[in-house]
Amino acid sequence: MEVVKTLAKSIRQYKKATVLTMVFVLLEALFEVIIPTLMAYLVDYGIDLGDMDYIIKMGIVILISAMLGLLWGVLSGVNASVASCGLAANLRHDMYENIQRFSFKSIDKFSTASIVTRLTTDTTNVQNAYIMIVRTALRCPLVILFSLIAAFNLHREMSLIFLISIPILGFILVYIANKCHPVFEKVFRLYDKLNRVVQENVRGMRVVKSFVREDHEVEKFEGISKVVYEDFSKAEKIVAYNVPALQAVSYVCMLLIAWIGANAVIASGNNEKLGLTTGALLSLVAYCTQILMSLLRFSQVYVMIIIARSSAGRIAEILNEKSELHNPENPEYSVADGSIEYKNVNFGYSETATKLVLDNINLKIESGSTVGIIGATGSSKSSLVQLIPRLYDVSEGEVLVGGKNVKDYDIESLRNQVAVVLQKNELFSGSIKENLRWGDENATDEEIKEACKLACADEFIETFPDKYDTYIEQGGTNVSGGQKQRLCIARALLKKPKILILDDSTSAVDTKTDASIRRAFAEKIPDTTKIIIAQRISSVQDADMIVIMNEGKIAAVGKHEDLLANNLIYKEVFESQRKGGEDNE
Amino acid sequence: MNKKKQKALIKPGTVGRLMSYLKNFKIQIVFVLVFIIISSVAGVVPSIFWKVLIDDYIIPIVSNKTPAFSGLAPVLMGMALIYAAGVITTLFYNRMMVVIAQGTLKKIRDEMFEKMQRLPIKYFDTHTHGDIMSHYTNDTDALRQMIAMVVPQVVSFFITIATIFISMLALSLWLTIFVAVCVVIMTAIVMIVSKRSSKYFIGQQISLGDVTGFAEEMVNGQKVVKVFCHENKALEGFDKKNDVLNYNATTANKMMQNIMPIMGNLSYILYVAIAIAGGAMALSGITNYSFSGKGVLTLGIIASFLVLARKIVMPIGMVAQQMNAIVMALAGASRIFELIDEEPENYDGSVSLCRVEEVDGSLKESEKHTGKWAWKEVLEDGTFRLTALKGNVILENVDFEYEEGKPVLKDVSLHADAGEKVAFVGATGAGKTTITNLINRFYDIADGKIRYDGININKIKKADLRHSMGIVLQDVNLFTGTVMENIRYGRLSATDEECIEAAKLANADSFIRMLPHGYDTVLEGDGSGLSQGQRQLISIARAAVADPPVMILDEATSSIDTRTEALVQAGMDSIMKGRTVFVIAHRLSTVRNSDVIMVLDHGKIIERGTHDRLIEKKGVYYQLYTGAFELE
Repeated sequence: MEVVKTLAKSIRQYKKATVLTMVFVLLEALFEVIIPTLMAYLVDYGIDLGDMDYIIKMGIVILISAMLGLLWGVLSGVNASVASCGLAANLRHDMYENIQRFSFKSIDKFSTASIVTRLTTDTTNVQNAYIMIVRTALRCPLVILFSLIAAFNLHREMSLIFLISIPILGFILVYIANKCHPVFEKVFRLYDKLNRVVQENVRGMRVVKSFVREDHEVEKFEGISKVVYEDFSKAEKIVAYNVPALQAVSYVCMLLIAWIGANAVIASGNNEKLGLTTGALLSLVAYCTQILMSLLRFSQVYVMIIIARSSAGRIAEILNEKSELHNPENPEYSVADGSIEYKNVNFGYSETATKLVLDNINLKIESGSTVGIIGATGSSKSSLVQLIPRLYDVSEGEVLVGGKNVKDYDIESLRNQVAVVLQKNELFSGSIKENLRWGDENATDEEIKEACKLACADEFIETFPDKYDTYIEQGGTNVSGGQKQRLCIARALLKKPKILILDDSTSAVDTKTDASIRRAFAEKIPDTTKIIIAQRISSVQDADMIVIMNEGKIAAVGKHEDLLANNLIYKEVFESQRKGGEDNE
Repeated sequence: MNKKKQKALIKPGTVGRLMSYLKNFKIQIVFVLVFIIISSVAGVVPSIFWKVLIDDYIIPIVSNKTPAFSGLAPVLMGMALIYAAGVITTLFYNRMMVVIAQGTLKKIRDEMFEKMQRLPIKYFDTHTHGDIMSHYTNDTDALRQMIAMVVPQVVSFFITIATIFISMLALSLWLTIFVAVCVVIMTAIVMIVSKRSSKYFIGQQISLGDVTGFAEEMVNGQKVVKVFCHENKALEGFDKKNDVLNYNATTANKMMQNIMPIMGNLSYILYVAIAIAGGAMALSGITNYSFSGKGVLTLGIIASFLVLARKIVMPIGMVAQQMNAIVMALAGASRIFELIDEEPENYDGSVSLCRVEEVDGSLKESEKHTGKWAWKEVLEDGTFRLTALKGNVILENVDFEYEEGKPVLKDVSLHADAGEKVAFVGATGAGKTTITNLINRFYDIADGKIRYDGININKIKKADLRHSMGIVLQDVNLFTGTVMENIRYGRLSATDEECIEAAKLANADSFIRMLPHGYDTVLEGDGSGLSQGQRQLISIARAAVADPPVMILDEATSSIDTRTEALVQAGMDSIMKGRTVFVIAHRLSTVRNSDVIMVLDHGKIIERGTHDRLIEKKGVYYQLYTGAFELE
């Protein structure tokens, strides 16, 4: 129910179309019931009595009714399409909008593939269910109700047949739907598993082939495929009872109508005034079919809603994901300078984790200084710097930028002053210029060129035939790793930040270029605080301060020479990179 | 890469091929067909029942004034029997259809996966993963819907229509002709609507693809979006594509939604037309022709006709609604068959790997786990020749190109002696990874020779060739399962102890023990909870447990810090002592202690030698090392 409430919020401007659909469905259902009655008159007074005038007169009435019925049908169909597709579009928009508000924590929680599935397949499921709900779910009960009333008017006793058979059939259909529901849910989970095996295989095909595991994988796949087959068959076999159940009940009704009806017609002498007529009998048959067909469709909708329920749940998960990062009430919009201070900072990615990712960090960084951070794989270097632009919030303690707690700033203002070049960086499909303008929408061509020169990117961009208009493929696959990193640095520089963080952003750049980028930084942006995470000692050895991280703690802080003399880890790293250069093996 | 090829094509022969999958269910299909016929007939015949009931029983009794019900009971009994037959056959064919549909799907799915496993790496390099995946998801789903729902509907549609027409002919020829004309007109209308809608359905698919592509790219870079406060821009771009999708979807759906009301109300119009035409005919006293001979058009005939007329319209509407599903399913089937028809890798070879033991200084094939292996070559005279597996790899004048006219390797020759560590250094695109792709025959060379222990690798069975070498790639791929299972992937027979031993060698043991459940921690989504460096360590452990005579490390330690890397290298060196190792690395510290370093440039080896020799030479390697040159 909560899920329905969440999703219903996205109907918005399509409320009108939804209501209109229901109104037109109502009219359509009404006509669907009236017309058979008119047909009965046609048979009784026209054909039966051989009154051609009446036939034509009634025929015209039926024709007009049919045209109106068609009109209502088309109008309800059009409105239902507008409402359901519109809801789907709104849901996609709302999800995507909320994703934009996701904190890094939430981004970590949902994989790209699962988000894309929610935006597409799941939304389509909900769209289909919605169109069914607004049209069929309302129409079926209405048709049943109207048909019952009409049948009641035609012949009271016989309408009892319907009153008894409807609950029986309804019970059977709901029973079947409930019975197959858990099996279907299981099948869909298995399907996910099956797809996951395929996906892992497609991606890891080199691994599969190099370990010659083709048969092993086929076995794995066929194992799941077999269970999918068995369970799917099981569920479908249960569903297969639907139509026969409907037929059985409706056939029994038909026979009863035939028997009782024949008697009634005979009793009345086929005279309307005395009782049932042949025309009315045929109409009753028509109502019977209509009622039972409606019930069947209703049960199909029920099954569909059950299927869509899990999709709806997954969509609601995205819509309800709340960012834990909130803008303060009276935010500070300007960042005074590029100084940073960590005060007793503890940090963990989840509250339940026993081990802290950052443990009691205290660190003071002067505005305009250059800081190098070194540490082993998994020593929380990235976590440390990601607290500065508030990509994550500290668990305990506080991080100050420009003398103020980062939580007091307007998030956008803060992030505009703290530029991060992430370790796993992305370029987007579009020209180089377009990519760089992410840093500053209004940057002039000169400013862009200037930033690229700083990042040593200008030199290779100029060698491309289209220069700054070169098209970057999705994921930046048509530039090399080092070129990509330099473009990402240039993009961050265009923000003209007070703090610039490079998270292992020059790993693919050769030492010489690396050095000239650092030199350019020192000369051209002396007032910007520069934080450089690196694996190469050469990238950080000239820094004003080098921080050595080890298992979430600061192991040492100092200058290159001090650390080389006093810190074992630093010395080892230094040696490992120097080894072979001088001492031969 | 948003070049989504819109292949809405249905290849000729697709239907026939789908049918061929049904061969295994011959008996069931015969039963299903018979049952569908019975069930369809049972659904239609009762319409005549009303004619009989009214004309032969009710009217005579009413006019007789002496009610005699005796005749009625047998007719009802007869009807009850026909109905019962209908219900039972419907149930049976529905259930059998499930087995046929699901069985066929399973067969297609399994065949597709098995074929895919045998496809050359080239296929995976030239098709996007999304495209391959969609064969298993979208295409198979479309096919499932069609086989399970559409096929029975279409079969029963034709039978129903046929039965209805026969029943009509049994009643009145003139009215039948009249109905036939009307039905043709109605079918034409429906066809036009569904054809027009299919244009929008394709449009909907294309714009859905657009939205998917956009979301995939942007969500993948969501952190960058946040860091640059680019959220509103991203939303704007998304909305643009979303609106187009909304328009196409709404238009397509509007048309589909209209088919049922059109059909329903057309059936009323048909009803009236028959009533008027029938009435006129009855009144004018035209002779009625039918199977049962000449006669007058009675009220009962018209009544039955009216019931039949309504019955004929609904199936047309239903099938029309399924038309798009059929088209989509067949297009999906075409794509699936395309995958199945891809040329598989050739795994054959005359040389295979076998265990050997040394008896009196010569090799002998053995069942025992001696730890020694040899190449077993079948000679022309039917005898065998055993060559000890050592790990000598020789490339002689190798040329290679991925795409015609774009050579990647030109006249490359190299010699890796058993036990040597050979390193490749060079810019992106210089051909380093290509060489390793050729040695284990992910790709086949265009010209030249590659020899493994003196044997041309083209003669070696691919499976055995690959068994004899381990590869660790830069992009690590882990499988859903425990850490232990992932390591064991290298050698399925490895014990837990052996896996842990390998993890220790790779320096992965310590962090694995810190995971929530240690070695039993379940990795999901390609090990998404681990850092890139940690994943590389697991991948190295996986290769180490395989214990191959030849090892290829392609940027295997690129995300591992240099200190840990040194430890990993020490571990690897100890197990790879006396074995051949190929190392590709961007970081020069990784390759420094190699026996020979090859510097590649534009597909050619431009320098070779040990680190010291190359430094002395003061050539390209020296410039790279001193940073005078850029390496990318």
